[in-house]
Amino acid sequence: MHLHDDKIKFLEQKANQIRQSIIEMLIEAGSGHTAGPLGMADIFTALYFHLLKHDPKRPDWPERDRLVLSNGHICPVLYATMAQAGYFPLDELKTLRKFGTRLQGHPHRDYLPALETSSGPLGAGLAQAVGMALAEKIDHGRASSKFIYCLMSDGELDAGNSWEAILLAGREGLHNLIAIVDRNNIQIDGFTEEIMPLEPLADKWRAFNWHVIEIDGHNFEEINDAVGEAKSVFAKPSVIIAHTIPGKGVGAFERRYEWHGKPPNKEEGAVAISELRTLWGRIQSEHE
Amino acid sequence: MLNTTQKLNPKLFDLNIEQVPIRKGFGEGLVLAGERDERVVGLCADLTESTQMHLFKQKFPHRFIEIGVAEQNLATVASGLAAMGKIPFLTSYAMFSPGRNWEQIRTTICYNDQDVKIVGSHAGVSVGPDGGTHQAIEDIAITRVIPRMTVVVPADAIEAKKATVAIAGRRGATYLRLAREKTPVVTTEESPFAIGQANVLIDPIAPDALIIACGPLVYNALMAAKKLLNEKIEVAVINNHTVKPLDRETLLKQVKRSGAVVTVEEHQKAGGLGGAIAELLAVEMPIPIEFVGVSDQFGQSGTPAELVEHYGMGISAIVEAVRKVLKRK
Repeated sequence: MHLHDDKIKFLEQKANQIRQSIIEMLIEAGSGHTAGPLGMADIFTALYFHLLKHDPKRPDWPERDRLVLSNGHICPVLYATMAQAGYFPLDELKTLRKFGTRLQGHPHRDYLPALETSSGPLGAGLAQAVGMALAEKIDHGRASSKFIYCLMSDGELDAGNSWEAILLAGREGLHNLIAIVDRNNIQIDGFTEEIMPLEPLADKWRAFNWHVIEIDGHNFEEINDAVGEAKSVFAKPSVIIAHTIPGKGVGAFERRYEWHGKPPNKEEGAVAISELRTLWGRIQSEHE
Repeated sequence: MLNTTQKLNPKLFDLNIEQVPIRKGFGEGLVLAGERDERVVGLCADLTESTQMHLFKQKFPHRFIEIGVAEQNLATVASGLAAMGKIPFLTSYAMFSPGRNWEQIRTTICYNDQDVKIVGSHAGVSVGPDGGTHQAIEDIAITRVIPRMTVVVPADAIEAKKATVAIAGRRGATYLRLAREKTPVVTTEESPFAIGQANVLIDPIAPDALIIACGPLVYNALMAAKKLLNEKIEVAVINNHTVKPLDRETLLKQVKRSGAVVTVEEHQKAGGLGGAIAELLAVEMPIPIEFVGVSDQFGQSGTPAELVEHYGMGISAIVEAVRKVLKRK
């Protein structure tokens, strides 16, 4: 499905709003992860505002696509996107990580039932998505009309459970399973290729019988085309290796792994919001 | 001597009592559960026949998933299946599941509130010749501490069959513990069984002590009670097949009558059934307790009988524990 220019413009604006929400909620929370959520904002936007079959007013709609967030620590982008999509009020974003909140530091579906899974401990999300796709295969064979998306990090490909799931999905030829790897090259201790090299990453997935697509994770046309291609692959699960820039959208945060696990303070956050509102100085913010 | 309402095996005290592996009862029970509810699916980590899941696989091949030697995947894939409305039973040896995949069970099954049944076969030292690596004697401890988890330890094959059908029809994460070797069949098809309801197998009018047992050692507990009658010591015996949630009412009523308790399990003394009972009684009814189980050691190779004796869980060890607890009364 081709993306019209108007739609791309709309998605870009949404992603910008989501990035602003992420910064605001992290400042308010005083802890949390910055780089990953900003880096994945475009992909979350494309999914929730264009690609996913879902209904924010009926989060338990049985026919919905399933979106499993495996690397739960980037949940600010999930919460911000869900709020923007209408799952819950935008105001609630300010409760992130606070006592009694539905927006737990790592997602917990007890508190926010619209979530498909609770997550945080890495390496376990893809296997749950595989289980969901298997349930569809048992019930509907190749006629399943639901797609199961798993959003995961590159760092969690260090985990054995990830590869156990990749093996099983490859054997089962789960055509309705789409993994999207946030290939931002950073993890807590440093750059992935220094901590535990993953390359040649695409070859690894291919060797496990997956269909592999590599994209620029900030290009809406590429995101859209990749998901379209993944849906058209008949006998294999697909992985979209999305090359992203950690901290994308805020100059001071981009490509710096130090921003993996800490929030901006008020001053840093104000600069970030200003950059996003003015489209990096190209327009004047109505707030200034 | 036996509580007739329990309808126990009439040949209980025969030397040639029928012996059947507990895991076999699970295998048959899973087929029954599968027939009753098409949402039941089976997953196994390369031990299908050994855990007796092959019976389910033969009957429902399209509802069986071979996971390979990947116990973390076993738990997490099951969670995903449950999220879509399936009732997954996953099997491996208890040492590997819930041993190796504990965090996945905690997070993706219990924290996620998914209806998954974790079946750990080959628990206890009675696994025998395979040795200590394969003898899970910590599994009750690590499962019962997880919120939402139900823990069931059947005493024999018939009870394992009933327990399997029962947990399939009862929503919630559950650990079902099975043993490998043939063990005496204590109950009958007519014996009462319900999750969370302890069975009082021997219920004297004026008990001197109470034995609370689970798993195949329930048989040893009954033999010990019989032996103690020669010394004019009358003990009540409870088959406490549900370690969590405990049947507080039945347990406290019996503890009050006897005033002294011996717990019996094929598990470390720490953290298992004995720990659960001690936690209950320390708060509700502090009385002397003795624990029969493994004393902070690993298992080793040997015959099941040799190992149960060596690690202090034989009939004579239970008799001795009762004598000891009576001195403290």
